[in-house]
Amino acid sequence: MAHADAEHAGHRGGQPLAHTPGQAGSHAQGQQHPLGVYFKIWGLLFVLSIGSYLVDYFHVQGLLRWFLIVTFMLLKAGLIVAVFMHMLWERLALVYAIVVPPLLLLVLLGIGALEADYTFLTRGAFFGAPTQASAPVQHK
Amino acid sequence: MAPHDMTGTAGSLPQAEGLQSIVADLSSDQRAFKNVPWGKPMMWIFLVSDTFIFGSFLISYMTVRGSTTLPWPNPSEVFALKMFGQNVPLLLIAIMTFVLISSSGTMALAVNYGYRKDRRTTFILLLATAALGATFVGMQAFEWTKLILEGVRPWGNPWGAPQFGSAFFMITGFHGTHVTIGVIFLIIVAIKVWRGDLDHERPGFLTGRRGNYEIVETMGLYWHFVDLVWVFIFAFFYLW
Repeated sequence: MAHADAEHAGHRGGQPLAHTPGQAGSHAQGQQHPLGVYFKIWGLLFVLSIGSYLVDYFHVQGLLRWFLIVTFMLLKAGLIVAVFMHMLWERLALVYAIVVPPLLLLVLLGIGALEADYTFLTRGAFFGAPTQASAPVQHK
Repeated sequence: MAPHDMTGTAGSLPQAEGLQSIVADLSSDQRAFKNVPWGKPMMWIFLVSDTFIFGSFLISYMTVRGSTTLPWPNPSEVFALKMFGQNVPLLLIAIMTFVLISSSGTMALAVNYGYRKDRRTTFILLLATAALGATFVGMQAFEWTKLILEGVRPWGNPWGAPQFGSAFFMITGFHGTHVTIGVIFLIIVAIKVWRGDLDHERPGFLTGRRGNYEIVETMGLYWHFVDLVWVFIFAFFYLW
Protein backbone atom coordinates (compact mmCIF):
# COMPACT_ATOMS: atom_id res chain seq x y z
CA MET A 1 0.00 0.00 0.00
CA ALA A 2 3.04 2.25 0.03
CA HIS A 3 2.34 2.99 -3.61
CA ALA A 4 -1.21 4.08 -2.78
CA ASP A 5 -0.05 6.41 -0.07
CA ALA A 6 2.51 7.96 -2.34
CA GLU A 7 -0.11 8.52 -5.00
CA HIS A 8 -2.56 10.12 -2.61
CA ALA A 9 0.18 12.26 -1.21
CA GLY A 10 0.82 13.33 -4.77
CA HIS A 11 -2.79 14.41 -5.19
CA ARG A 12 -2.66 16.37 -1.96
CA GLY A 13 0.39 18.25 -3.00
CA GLY A 14 -1.25 20.73 -5.29
CA GLN A 15 -1.00 18.52 -8.33
CA PRO A 16 -4.51 19.37 -9.59
CA LEU A 17 -3.46 23.00 -9.76
CA ALA A 18 -1.10 22.08 -12.52
CA HIS A 19 -4.04 21.21 -14.78
CA THR A 20 -4.62 23.45 -17.71
CA PRO A 21 -7.67 25.67 -17.27
CA GLY A 22 -9.38 23.85 -20.12
CA GLN A 23 -9.61 20.64 -18.14
CA ALA A 24 -12.72 19.81 -16.15
CA GLY A 25 -10.71 19.96 -12.95
CA SER A 26 -13.11 17.84 -10.92
CA HIS A 27 -10.91 14.80 -11.38
CA ALA A 28 -7.49 13.94 -10.12
CA GLN A 29 -4.85 12.45 -12.37
CA GLY A 30 -6.14 9.12 -13.67
CA GLN A 31 -4.78 5.78 -12.53
CA GLN A 32 -1.33 5.55 -14.05
CA HIS A 33 1.01 2.68 -13.33
CA PRO A 34 4.01 1.13 -15.04
CA LEU A 35 3.10 -1.19 -17.91
CA GLY A 36 5.10 -4.03 -16.39
CA VAL A 37 2.48 -4.48 -13.67
CA TYR A 38 -0.17 -5.32 -16.25
CA PHE A 39 2.02 -7.76 -18.14
CA LYS A 40 2.96 -9.55 -14.92
CA ILE A 41 -0.67 -9.91 -13.87
CA TRP A 42 -1.62 -10.98 -17.38
CA GLY A 43 0.97 -13.73 -17.23
CA LEU A 44 -0.08 -14.74 -13.73
CA LEU A 45 -3.71 -15.03 -14.84
CA PHE A 46 -2.60 -17.32 -17.67
CA VAL A 47 -0.64 -19.51 -15.26
CA LEU A 48 -3.58 -19.73 -12.84
CA SER A 49 -5.97 -20.58 -15.69
CA ILE A 50 -3.65 -23.31 -16.91
CA GLY A 51 -3.56 -24.58 -13.32
CA SER A 52 -7.32 -24.83 -13.06
CA TYR A 53 -7.52 -26.45 -16.49
CA LEU A 54 -4.96 -29.05 -15.47
CA VAL A 55 -7.08 -29.88 -12.42
CA ASP A 56 -9.76 -31.03 -14.82
CA TYR A 57 -7.36 -32.54 -17.35
CA PHE A 58 -5.77 -34.85 -14.78
CA HIS A 59 -9.15 -35.70 -13.22
CA VAL A 60 -8.24 -34.55 -9.74
CA GLN A 61 -11.24 -35.50 -7.61
CA GLY A 62 -12.68 -34.97 -4.17
CA LEU A 63 -11.62 -32.38 -1.65
CA LEU A 64 -8.38 -31.55 -3.46
CA ARG A 65 -10.27 -30.66 -6.67
CA TRP A 66 -12.67 -28.46 -4.72
CA PHE A 67 -9.82 -26.74 -2.91
CA LEU A 68 -7.70 -26.15 -6.03
CA ILE A 69 -10.57 -24.82 -8.13
CA VAL A 70 -11.69 -22.36 -5.46
CA THR A 71 -8.12 -21.24 -4.73
CA PHE A 72 -7.30 -20.57 -8.39
CA MET A 73 -10.65 -18.84 -8.83
CA LEU A 74 -10.21 -16.52 -5.86
CA LEU A 75 -6.62 -15.68 -6.82
CA LYS A 76 -7.69 -14.80 -10.36
CA ALA A 77 -10.66 -12.76 -9.16
CA GLY A 78 -8.48 -10.96 -6.63
CA LEU A 79 -5.81 -10.10 -9.21
CA ILE A 80 -8.37 -8.79 -11.70
CA VAL A 81 -10.14 -6.62 -9.14
CA ALA A 82 -6.98 -5.41 -7.38
CA VAL A 83 -4.76 -4.61 -10.35
CA PHE A 84 -6.76 -4.51 -13.59
CA MET A 85 -9.64 -2.69 -11.92
CA HIS A 86 -7.20 -0.60 -9.85
CA MET A 87 -8.80 -1.37 -6.49
CA LEU A 88 -5.35 -1.59 -4.95
CA TRP A 89 -4.84 2.11 -5.53
CA GLU A 90 -8.32 3.44 -4.79
CA ARG A 91 -9.31 5.23 -1.62
CA LEU A 92 -10.37 2.93 1.17
CA ALA A 93 -13.87 4.48 1.30
CA LEU A 94 -14.52 3.39 -2.30
CA VAL A 95 -12.96 -0.03 -1.82
CA TYR A 96 -15.15 -0.84 1.17
CA ALA A 97 -18.30 0.59 -0.45
CA ILE A 98 -17.81 -1.78 -3.40
CA VAL A 99 -16.27 -4.90 -1.88
CA VAL A 100 -18.33 -5.30 1.29
CA PRO A 101 -21.94 -5.36 -0.06
CA PRO A 102 -21.42 -8.45 -2.27
CA LEU A 103 -20.54 -10.39 0.89
CA LEU A 104 -24.30 -10.40 1.50
CA LEU A 105 -24.44 -13.06 -1.19
CA LEU A 106 -23.01 -15.46 1.39
CA VAL A 107 -26.38 -15.30 3.17
CA LEU A 108 -28.14 -16.24 -0.05
CA LEU A 109 -25.57 -18.99 -0.51
CA GLY A 110 -26.45 -20.43 2.90
CA ILE A 111 -30.18 -20.23 2.22
CA GLY A 112 -29.67 -21.90 -1.17
CA ALA A 113 -27.66 -24.73 0.33
CA LEU A 114 -30.27 -25.41 3.04
CA GLU A 115 -33.07 -25.27 0.46
CA ALA A 116 -31.24 -27.64 -1.87
CA ASP A 117 -30.74 -30.20 0.92
CA TYR A 118 -34.37 -29.97 1.91
CA THR A 119 -35.65 -30.33 -1.67
CA PHE A 120 -33.28 -33.23 -2.29
CA LEU A 121 -34.52 -35.11 0.78
CA THR A 122 -38.16 -34.34 -0.03
CA ARG A 123 -37.74 -35.58 -3.59
CA GLY A 124 -36.14 -38.74 -2.30
CA ALA A 125 -39.01 -39.30 0.12
CA PHE A 126 -41.88 -38.52 -2.26
CA PHE A 127 -40.71 -39.82 -5.62
CA GLY A 128 -39.81 -43.27 -4.36
CA ALA A 129 -36.05 -42.74 -4.10
CA PRO A 130 -34.39 -44.20 -7.21
CA THR A 131 -31.05 -45.86 -6.61
CA GLN A 132 -29.04 -42.79 -7.54
CA ALA A 133 -30.85 -40.80 -4.89
CA SER A 134 -29.36 -42.75 -2.02
CA ALA A 135 -26.30 -40.56 -1.89
CA PRO A 136 -25.83 -36.84 -2.58
CA VAL A 137 -25.30 -36.43 -6.31
CA GLN A 138 -21.75 -35.77 -7.33
CA HIS A 139 -20.92 -34.80 -10.87
CA LYS A 140 -19.85 -38.28 -11.85
CA MET B 1 -16.40 22.38 -9.42
CA ALA B 2 -13.11 22.81 -7.65
CA PRO B 3 -11.58 19.55 -6.49
CA HIS B 4 -11.80 18.74 -2.88
CA ASP B 5 -8.19 19.66 -2.32
CA MET B 6 -8.67 23.13 -3.68
CA THR B 7 -11.44 24.17 -1.31
CA GLY B 8 -8.81 24.83 1.28
CA THR B 9 -10.75 23.37 4.18
CA ALA B 10 -9.64 19.76 4.08
CA GLY B 11 -6.01 20.29 3.30
CA SER B 12 -5.14 21.50 6.74
CA LEU B 13 -6.81 18.60 8.54
CA PRO B 14 -4.60 15.66 9.47
CA GLN B 15 -5.04 12.66 7.20
CA ALA B 16 -6.97 9.82 8.81
CA GLU B 17 -5.67 6.30 8.28
CA GLY B 18 -7.37 2.94 7.77
CA LEU B 19 -10.94 2.57 8.95
CA GLN B 20 -10.91 6.11 10.30
CA SER B 21 -10.24 7.42 6.80
CA ILE B 22 -13.46 5.73 5.63
CA VAL B 23 -15.43 7.32 8.44
CA ALA B 24 -13.79 10.66 7.73
CA ASP B 25 -14.57 10.45 4.00
CA LEU B 26 -18.19 9.38 4.43
CA SER B 27 -18.93 11.86 7.22
CA SER B 28 -17.20 14.82 5.61
CA ASP B 29 -20.51 16.28 4.39
CA GLN B 30 -18.91 16.66 0.97
CA ARG B 31 -18.09 14.21 -1.79
CA ALA B 32 -17.67 10.80 -0.19
CA PHE B 33 -15.33 9.36 -2.83
CA LYS B 34 -12.65 12.01 -2.95
CA ASN B 35 -10.34 12.40 -5.91
CA VAL B 36 -12.40 9.85 -7.83
CA PRO B 37 -14.03 10.94 -11.09
CA TRP B 38 -17.79 10.60 -10.71
CA GLY B 39 -18.13 8.14 -13.57
CA LYS B 40 -16.05 5.56 -11.76
CA PRO B 41 -18.22 5.08 -8.64
CA MET B 42 -21.27 5.09 -10.91
CA MET B 43 -19.85 2.23 -12.96
CA TRP B 44 -18.76 0.43 -9.80
CA ILE B 45 -22.26 0.70 -8.31
CA PHE B 46 -23.71 -0.71 -11.51
CA LEU B 47 -21.18 -3.54 -11.34
CA VAL B 48 -22.15 -4.29 -7.74
CA SER B 49 -25.78 -4.64 -8.83
CA ASP B 50 -24.59 -6.88 -11.67
CA THR B 51 -22.64 -8.92 -9.13
CA PHE B 52 -25.90 -9.61 -7.36
CA ILE B 53 -27.54 -10.71 -10.61
CA PHE B 54 -24.77 -13.16 -11.50
CA GLY B 55 -24.48 -14.17 -7.84
CA SER B 56 -28.17 -15.06 -7.83
CA PHE B 57 -27.76 -17.07 -11.03
CA LEU B 58 -24.82 -19.04 -9.70
CA ILE B 59 -26.48 -19.64 -6.34
CA SER B 60 -29.70 -20.85 -7.96
CA TYR B 61 -27.55 -23.10 -10.13
CA MET B 62 -26.01 -24.49 -6.94
CA THR B 63 -29.49 -24.99 -5.50
CA VAL B 64 -30.89 -26.90 -8.48
CA ARG B 65 -27.73 -28.95 -8.80
CA GLY B 66 -27.84 -29.86 -5.12
CA SER B 67 -31.54 -30.69 -5.15
CA THR B 68 -31.75 -32.91 -8.21
CA THR B 69 -32.00 -36.64 -7.64
CA LEU B 70 -30.65 -37.43 -11.10
CA PRO B 71 -26.90 -37.42 -11.80
CA TRP B 72 -25.53 -34.11 -13.11
CA PRO B 73 -24.00 -34.38 -16.60
CA ASN B 74 -20.22 -34.34 -16.37
CA PRO B 75 -19.15 -30.98 -17.85
CA SER B 76 -15.69 -32.33 -18.55
CA GLU B 77 -17.22 -34.78 -21.05
CA VAL B 78 -20.09 -32.61 -22.25
CA PHE B 79 -17.76 -29.80 -23.30
CA ALA B 80 -15.01 -32.04 -24.67
CA LEU B 81 -13.88 -31.46 -28.24
CA LYS B 82 -12.68 -34.14 -30.60
CA MET B 83 -9.17 -33.19 -31.68
CA PHE B 84 -6.67 -35.43 -33.48
CA GLY B 85 -8.87 -38.46 -32.93
CA GLN B 86 -9.23 -38.13 -29.19
CA ASN B 87 -11.50 -36.25 -26.84
CA VAL B 88 -9.81 -33.30 -25.17
CA PRO B 89 -11.84 -32.24 -22.12
CA LEU B 90 -13.03 -28.64 -21.90
CA LEU B 91 -10.73 -27.56 -24.74
CA LEU B 92 -13.02 -24.88 -26.17
CA ILE B 93 -13.81 -23.51 -22.70
CA ALA B 94 -10.10 -23.26 -21.90
CA ILE B 95 -9.44 -21.37 -25.15
CA MET B 96 -12.38 -19.07 -24.40
CA THR B 97 -10.90 -18.39 -20.97
CA PHE B 98 -7.53 -17.46 -22.44
CA VAL B 99 -9.15 -15.25 -25.07
CA LEU B 100 -11.11 -13.37 -22.43
CA ILE B 101 -8.09 -12.95 -20.14
CA SER B 102 -6.09 -11.63 -23.08
CA SER B 103 -8.84 -9.15 -23.88
CA SER B 104 -8.67 -8.01 -20.25
CA GLY B 105 -4.92 -7.53 -20.66
CA THR B 106 -5.26 -5.43 -23.80
CA MET B 107 -8.01 -3.42 -22.11
CA ALA B 108 -5.77 -2.65 -19.12
CA LEU B 109 -3.07 -1.49 -21.54
CA ALA B 110 -5.61 0.62 -23.44
CA VAL B 111 -6.54 2.44 -20.22
CA ASN B 112 -2.86 3.06 -19.53
CA TYR B 113 -2.12 4.41 -23.02
CA GLY B 114 -5.31 6.46 -22.87
CA TYR B 115 -4.06 8.42 -19.89
CA ARG B 116 -0.82 8.99 -21.79
CA LYS B 117 -2.98 10.53 -24.53
CA ASP B 118 -1.51 8.10 -27.02
CA ARG B 119 -4.49 8.11 -29.35
CA ARG B 120 -3.26 5.63 -31.90
CA THR B 121 -2.13 2.91 -29.48
CA THR B 122 -5.27 3.31 -27.38
CA PHE B 123 -7.41 2.92 -30.48
CA ILE B 124 -5.56 -0.20 -31.61
CA LEU B 125 -5.71 -1.78 -28.15
CA LEU B 126 -9.43 -1.03 -27.82
CA LEU B 127 -10.08 -2.61 -31.21
CA ALA B 128 -7.98 -5.64 -30.22
CA THR B 129 -10.07 -5.95 -27.05
CA ALA B 130 -13.27 -5.75 -29.08
CA ALA B 131 -11.95 -8.33 -31.55
CA LEU B 132 -11.04 -10.77 -28.76
CA GLY B 133 -14.47 -10.19 -27.20
CA ALA B 134 -16.16 -10.90 -30.52
CA THR B 135 -14.05 -14.06 -30.86
CA PHE B 136 -15.27 -15.14 -27.44
CA VAL B 137 -18.91 -14.59 -28.41
CA GLY B 138 -18.30 -16.48 -31.64
CA MET B 139 -16.91 -19.48 -29.79
CA GLN B 140 -19.82 -19.34 -27.40
CA ALA B 141 -22.24 -19.39 -30.34
CA PHE B 142 -20.38 -22.45 -31.65
CA GLU B 143 -20.66 -24.12 -28.25
CA TRP B 144 -24.38 -23.38 -28.02
CA THR B 145 -24.96 -24.75 -31.53
CA LYS B 146 -23.05 -27.92 -30.69
CA LEU B 147 -25.01 -28.52 -27.50
CA ILE B 148 -28.38 -27.75 -29.07
CA LEU B 149 -27.61 -30.19 -31.90
CA GLU B 150 -26.74 -32.81 -29.30
CA GLY B 151 -30.18 -32.36 -27.79
CA VAL B 152 -29.63 -30.05 -24.84
CA ARG B 153 -32.75 -28.03 -24.09
CA PRO B 154 -33.68 -25.82 -21.12
CA TRP B 155 -36.02 -28.60 -19.99
CA GLY B 156 -33.85 -31.64 -20.58
CA ASN B 157 -30.78 -33.29 -22.08
CA PRO B 158 -29.64 -36.81 -22.99
CA TRP B 159 -27.23 -37.22 -20.05
CA GLY B 160 -29.07 -36.64 -16.79
CA ALA B 161 -30.50 -33.86 -14.69
CA PRO B 162 -32.80 -31.69 -16.83
CA GLN B 163 -31.77 -28.60 -14.87
CA PHE B 164 -28.39 -28.70 -16.61
CA GLY B 165 -29.76 -27.07 -19.75
CA SER B 166 -31.64 -24.26 -18.05
CA ALA B 167 -28.67 -23.37 -15.84
CA PHE B 168 -26.29 -23.53 -18.79
CA PHE B 169 -28.33 -21.39 -21.18
CA MET B 170 -29.29 -18.87 -18.52
CA ILE B 171 -25.81 -18.30 -17.08
CA THR B 172 -23.72 -18.41 -20.24
CA GLY B 173 -26.42 -16.60 -22.19
CA PHE B 174 -26.50 -13.72 -19.74
CA HIS B 175 -22.73 -13.56 -19.68
CA GLY B 176 -22.55 -13.66 -23.48
CA THR B 177 -25.05 -10.79 -23.63
CA HIS B 178 -22.76 -8.78 -21.38
CA VAL B 179 -19.79 -9.52 -23.62
CA THR B 180 -21.76 -8.54 -26.72
CA ILE B 181 -22.85 -5.23 -25.19
CA GLY B 182 -19.25 -4.68 -24.10
CA VAL B 183 -17.97 -5.24 -27.64
CA ILE B 184 -20.46 -2.69 -28.99
CA PHE B 185 -19.40 -0.11 -26.41
CA LEU B 186 -15.72 -0.85 -26.97
CA ILE B 187 -16.19 -0.04 -30.64
CA ILE B 188 -18.00 3.19 -29.76
CA VAL B 189 -15.24 4.23 -27.34
CA ALA B 190 -12.58 3.25 -29.89
CA ILE B 191 -14.22 5.48 -32.51
CA LYS B 192 -14.36 8.36 -30.05
CA VAL B 193 -10.67 7.91 -29.30
CA TRP B 194 -9.78 7.69 -32.99
CA ARG B 195 -11.73 10.84 -33.90
CA GLY B 196 -9.97 12.72 -31.11
CA ASP B 197 -13.21 13.45 -29.25
CA LEU B 198 -11.42 12.89 -25.96
CA ASP B 199 -8.40 15.04 -26.81
CA HIS B 200 -10.60 17.90 -27.94
CA GLU B 201 -13.03 17.39 -25.04
CA ARG B 202 -16.04 17.12 -27.30
CA PRO B 203 -19.18 16.11 -25.39
CA GLY B 204 -20.69 12.69 -26.04
CA PHE B 205 -24.06 12.13 -27.68
CA LEU B 206 -25.92 11.66 -24.39
CA THR B 207 -24.22 14.28 -22.28
CA GLY B 208 -23.00 17.83 -22.31
CA ARG B 209 -19.94 16.89 -20.29
CA ARG B 210 -16.60 17.29 -21.96
CA GLY B 211 -15.03 14.14 -23.24
CA ASN B 212 -11.97 12.84 -21.48
CA TYR B 213 -9.90 9.70 -21.17
CA GLU B 214 -11.62 8.63 -17.98
CA ILE B 215 -14.32 7.01 -20.11
CA VAL B 216 -11.70 4.53 -21.29
CA GLU B 217 -11.07 3.51 -17.69
CA THR B 218 -14.81 3.31 -16.97
CA MET B 219 -15.21 1.13 -20.06
CA GLY B 220 -12.30 -0.93 -18.76
CA LEU B 221 -14.03 -1.51 -15.43
CA TYR B 222 -17.03 -2.98 -17.25
CA TRP B 223 -14.84 -5.15 -19.45
CA HIS B 224 -12.75 -6.50 -16.55
CA PHE B 225 -15.98 -7.27 -14.74
CA VAL B 226 -17.11 -9.44 -17.67
CA ASP B 227 -13.81 -11.31 -17.35
CA LEU B 228 -14.29 -11.53 -13.59
CA VAL B 229 -17.72 -13.12 -13.96
CA TRP B 230 -16.27 -15.66 -16.40
CA VAL B 231 -13.69 -16.66 -13.76
CA PHE B 232 -16.56 -17.68 -11.48
CA ILE B 233 -18.60 -19.35 -14.23
CA PHE B 234 -15.51 -21.29 -15.36
CA ALA B 235 -14.86 -22.53 -11.83
CA PHE B 236 -18.39 -23.31 -10.72
CA PHE B 237 -20.12 -24.39 -13.90
CA TYR B 238 -17.41 -25.97 -16.03
CA LEU B 239 -14.91 -27.32 -13.51
CA TRP B 240 -17.06 -28.25 -10.52
